[in-house]
Amino acid sequence: MNLSLKTPSATTLSAIKALVFLLCLLPAANLALGWRTDALGANPIETITRASGEWALRLLLITLAVTPLRRLTGLHWLLRLRRMLGLYVFAYAAAHFAIYLWLDQFFDWRAIALDILERPFITVGFAAFVLLVPLAATSNSYAIRRLGGRRWQSLHRSVYGIAILAVVHFWWLVKADVLEPALYALILAALLGARAWWRELERRRQLSVPPPAKHLQRPVIRIVPK
Amino acid sequence: MLIRKPTDVLPSEITPRELFARRREFLTRSGAGLIAGAALWHGLPRHAGAATRLQTPPSALSTTEPLTDYKAVTTYNNFYEFGTDKGDPVRNAARMAVRPWTVSVEGLVGKPRRFDIDDLLKLAPLEERIYRMRCVEGWSMVIPWVGFPLAALLKEVEPLGNAKYVEFLTHYDPEIMSRRPVLDWPYGEGLRLDEALHPLTILAVGLYGEVLPNQNGAPVRLVVPWKYGFKSAKSIVTIRLTEKQPETAWNKAAPQEYGFYSNVNPAVSHPRWSQATERRIGELRKRPTLPFNGYADQVAGLYQGMDLKKFY
Repeated sequence: MNLSLKTPSATTLSAIKALVFLLCLLPAANLALGWRTDALGANPIETITRASGEWALRLLLITLAVTPLRRLTGLHWLLRLRRMLGLYVFAYAAAHFAIYLWLDQFFDWRAIALDILERPFITVGFAAFVLLVPLAATSNSYAIRRLGGRRWQSLHRSVYGIAILAVVHFWWLVKADVLEPALYALILAALLGARAWWRELERRRQLSVPPPAKHLQRPVIRIVPK
Repeated sequence: MLIRKPTDVLPSEITPRELFARRREFLTRSGAGLIAGAALWHGLPRHAGAATRLQTPPSALSTTEPLTDYKAVTTYNNFYEFGTDKGDPVRNAARMAVRPWTVSVEGLVGKPRRFDIDDLLKLAPLEERIYRMRCVEGWSMVIPWVGFPLAALLKEVEPLGNAKYVEFLTHYDPEIMSRRPVLDWPYGEGLRLDEALHPLTILAVGLYGEVLPNQNGAPVRLVVPWKYGFKSAKSIVTIRLTEKQPETAWNKAAPQEYGFYSNVNPAVSHPRWSQATERRIGELRKRPTLPFNGYADQVAGLYQGMDLKKFY
């Protein structure tokens, strides 16, 4: 087994994937166990609603950390974990939404519709979930081939907007103490800021490439990020 | 050499063993007959089992609904001075010393007075009041409080003719409480004088026949069962009668969300969530929320002619 961190062997990578898979499952297992043993406090429905939502948000931020981490550390195989992480985001968000529909509202569709229409924090949370669905649906190689890399990528860029909606959803939910949502907002700002900064560096680098000598000049296509 | 002095207590004065062995029964039986607050207070056990619970006279104002578990009542609390998580108060409130404790009753009163907590307990007979408690967050409990009507205390200090409101200020000690300005400490609440004098409004000093646990607002707290829970200020140190409507902590933090009145009202949503239903702690399904938390018959008259959508 190749234990080099830079270029792990296929076996090592599989082991890492299996480990990440189990780690992501842990919060759900913990909640399920707590539910069975009545260890989730006086208001267990509130506990699992809150926990599933928070884990969806945390995993979303972890997913968004893959690219910056890869760039900073040179560990390119991190990219191989991203699809699984993203699907876990969807799984926790779907569980969060299902708990709300079932345990919290007991399929009271009128109340649910009013919530989505009238309560901004639920509106943005719902929007974030709806926008996650196409991303989860196109998370397979077939969809990438079908859409073509470029279209697939532009579709999946909506994850940045989803992350902003998710943080706003949390922020608008709390009564007075915004410390926790502010922390997530800060992390998200750093993750998005890093991308913007690297984009800017790349733009400057490409613009500063000196033009070739006169006799070599041909029409040059510059790929400058917007 | 130590020479033992004979004890001052005659053997005949010592409680007979068989009586001593039956002391719980004695407490239980005598509880109902004891009226003086102090005597009751000293009989109020801490962390008592059901057998030693104080027997307070039942009140016609009590509900007969099933009680919320003692554990839920004492571990699921909003007491932001000790942290904003529901589990924080039970973890942190033990740091608060509830003796000595005084409550200053001041402002527009004929006889302003600073009550020692133990004198306050003797002011009026303690009663059990089993009330519904509806939190603004959408959950509710049924809690057997021990306390006495706030009116008994207000009568004692003789409110002046121009007193229209009662302001409550609660204990704040940055040494043992949160220093983050989540709310504008100390926590302040207020009632109109007629609300404060209403027979349903009590000062609670215990629950489940026991001394009030710190996380529930020891040693003395307000309980106003037809208003959202945050109106019932905990660990009170000052009660002030005023002519002008006092500022209240949640109203200062978010005026469009928490009004001065904050009567339980399923027809007026919190701007961010519906108040039409609530989850009774311990139950799975939500239940409809009742106007004035089910106390409309007793209190709706206080608000006759008022637009409750405007005075939320």
